[in-house]
Amino acid sequence: MSELHAWAAIGLIILASTTGDVLLSYSMKRVGDVDELRKRRGLLAVVGRVLRTPTFPLGLMAMGVAFYSLLFGLSWGNLSLVVPASASLTFVANAVAARIFLHERVGRRRWIAALLVAGGVVLMAL
Amino acid sequence: MTFRKYLVLAGITVFSTAGDSLLARGMKELGNVSLHHLSGLLLAVVHPWVTAGILFLLAFFACYMSALSWADLTYVLPATSLAYVLVALVGHFRLHEVISPTRWLGIALIAAGVGFVAAGPSVTPSRQPRDAGRDTVSHEVES
Repeated sequence: MSELHAWAAIGLIILASTTGDVLLSYSMKRVGDVDELRKRRGLLAVVGRVLRTPTFPLGLMAMGVAFYSLLFGLSWGNLSLVVPASASLTFVANAVAARIFLHERVGRRRWIAALLVAGGVVLMAL
Repeated sequence: MTFRKYLVLAGITVFSTAGDSLLARGMKELGNVSLHHLSGLLLAVVHPWVTAGILFLLAFFACYMSALSWADLTYVLPATSLAYVLVALVGHFRLHEVISPTRWLGIALIAAGVGFVAAGPSVTPSRQPRDAGRDTVSHEVES
């Protein structure tokens, strides 16, 4: 029973955090380089501009769902199952989502990196 | 990539590790949260370890947003995955946990993945190919 709960939480974490990562990355790309913006206009301008980007609160909400799913999953399953399982699958899901929705060029180098990291995370959980 | 930007990536790694560890410790003390008592989950955020974990995760979030403003998602995620290695090493050297050969292999794979992506460009040009391309070249020269 708790095993099933843990995997349900893992599925929810993957879905919510991939959605959140894509929305947040999209928002920050629209804001532009915050280091340069801060040098030119100050920290308040950066915060204001980030908060006024409509996709930012949506991304935050998705991250909130992912965060509570993680708390839920951690209370049911082992840290050594929930964190690596959700993290490694999120890596692969993110690479696919970034390619489709953010039009990032996920070249061979990045696919290999994503798969190496995902595989490594699984091995560390064994 | 400037030194400052590598520092931001390091911040993501360290803060997320600290935040997750503190959260895990807090949730272990709270015990199982049942589906029927979701209020327990809401109250979890005022538990001291959980609160400390959340503060670290906020610092992580600020660094993460900064990184996403100048680098691709598919660059930032693998580049900061050294956090998993960090957790294992903390467990090994501070808590004297035994790391099995499979775990060492996992650590090696993650490190290889990080090296792979970090050696490549941090931004791939999608909308303004010439602009972003020049940007990447100048960063490469800087670093």
